[in-house]
Amino acid sequence: MFDSLKDIYSILWVDLRNLSRHWRSTLATSLVQPLLYLVAFGYGLGRGISFEGISYLAFVIPGIVALTAFSSSFNGSAQKLQVDRLFYKSFEEFLISPVSLYSLVAGKALIGIVRGVISSIAVLIVGLLLSPTLIVSPIFVLTLLVSCFVFALFGVLVASVFNNHVHMSTFNTLVILPMTFLCGTFFSLSQVPESVKIALYFLPLTHSSNCLRAAALSQPFPWFSFVALISFGAIFYFGSLFVLKKTSL
Amino acid sequence: MTSRRRSLTEKSIVTEKLNKNYANVQALHDLDLEVQNGEIFGFLGPNGAGKTTTIRVLTTLTRPSSGSASVGGFDVTKDADKVKRMIGVVQQHLSLDRDLTVRENMEFHARLHRLSSSNRKQRIAELLEYVGLEEYADKMVDTLSGGMKKKAAIVCSLLHEPKVLFLDEPTVGLDAQARRRLWDLMRRLNSDGTTIFLTTHYIEEAEALCSRVGIIHHGSLIALGTPVELRGKLGSTVVETLVDNKETCYQFFPDRASANRYVQKLTSNIKTIVIRDSNLEDVFVEQTGEKVDHA
Repeated sequence: MFDSLKDIYSILWVDLRNLSRHWRSTLATSLVQPLLYLVAFGYGLGRGISFEGISYLAFVIPGIVALTAFSSSFNGSAQKLQVDRLFYKSFEEFLISPVSLYSLVAGKALIGIVRGVISSIAVLIVGLLLSPTLIVSPIFVLTLLVSCFVFALFGVLVASVFNNHVHMSTFNTLVILPMTFLCGTFFSLSQVPESVKIALYFLPLTHSSNCLRAAALSQPFPWFSFVALISFGAIFYFGSLFVLKKTSL
Repeated sequence: MTSRRRSLTEKSIVTEKLNKNYANVQALHDLDLEVQNGEIFGFLGPNGAGKTTTIRVLTTLTRPSSGSASVGGFDVTKDADKVKRMIGVVQQHLSLDRDLTVRENMEFHARLHRLSSSNRKQRIAELLEYVGLEEYADKMVDTLSGGMKKKAAIVCSLLHEPKVLFLDEPTVGLDAQARRRLWDLMRRLNSDGTTIFLTTHYIEEAEALCSRVGIIHHGSLIALGTPVELRGKLGSTVVETLVDNKETCYQFFPDRASANRYVQKLTSNIKTIVIRDSNLEDVFVEQTGEKVDHA
């Protein structure tokens, strides 16, 4: 157990060294998209509009925080892993080492969590300045951390599955981009047909948006979505293990 | 059981009827190989012969389709963790993190192999001095020359004091000077007790370094022995002749006297006669029917 924790930290250590060299550009690039959404949809388009009894700005900010957690955590773990696997081929150094695959998957996800949490907090600070009524409760913080972990594991899985950059790019266009807009980040799921709603519940970002919004707006917390989010995390973790086990002993 | 165990551990590497299939390609075909403790074993073969596949199986990166392989007496599939603790691997491609310095890469590899904090610092300092990389320790890997990068990759693989070091084409792309420096390093490592399994395109590298050489072709081992034994089987002297200015022919003889007698009997349409000692390249060409690919 102690060895596993040390292994996980060793994997995080090297990713943190990399991040420390590029933290300004990494943070800036991960914040551009959510801040643009915040300004365009929240402050620009949505100012003055009320939605389900609250201002649209207050409604959309938790969704944009969920979106930030998603994109930063996913890209934070997926990009480096994919470059190491396919371009530099340095990922095999992990597979040759005595580090177990259990630790490897958890360790590679941690850098995604770090990046997701940093970016989300930055967006949240801007969001709180624009809409001070939002509540950052312990359950909000817990949901944010769980979301970052789930999305980082999603990044590890996707980067482990695809063996070339074209497939990864296609996946981003066909799956990640639609998730960005459809998973209840910018609108309420009550506005979409039941069949579409069911389909959207099969995407983890939907549950993250639901939980963060409910926590931030002091609404009844959707525990079903919270459990679903954790279940997605388990699926991504064991999926990553399965894929890596196929390629290593 | 005890005697079997002892006999296995006297050999660093053993493969028995090792097969590896990729889709419709049989990369390894019933490969039987033994590498003794303390030797530098050279693995020669043309591109696609199965050299890298063999290394990938032995270093636990690829699962064999059938047969068995062991390193240090441990089966690579059943005891992969134990095998990983006793091997160092330098891949053909540079597997260092280019966004880190040499020292950071070493620190990272030391952490992966669970060296304690004090042990890490000591080993890193020792190895930097051992290979003469002290002044480059805090430079980014990407700013180093090809030879320095390779040296850095080798020291990273040595941090946990592996008993067996796998080097896959370690000198490809290096200039002659850098290559010879790496040869010196390999000799030094070997004299300090490390068994080395080396794949190479360079015949002179195998001749200069290896105590024994195996030649692999289409996934099968087709020759095995010391360079002297392999040359001896072919003939220690070779006569090169150019027939009708078209094709060079090679004739092998057990000694110079027989070669000279052969040359005296040659007809006038045969030109450019060279009498020389045979080398591993001759063995390679005779066994595989192919020229050596010089990358």
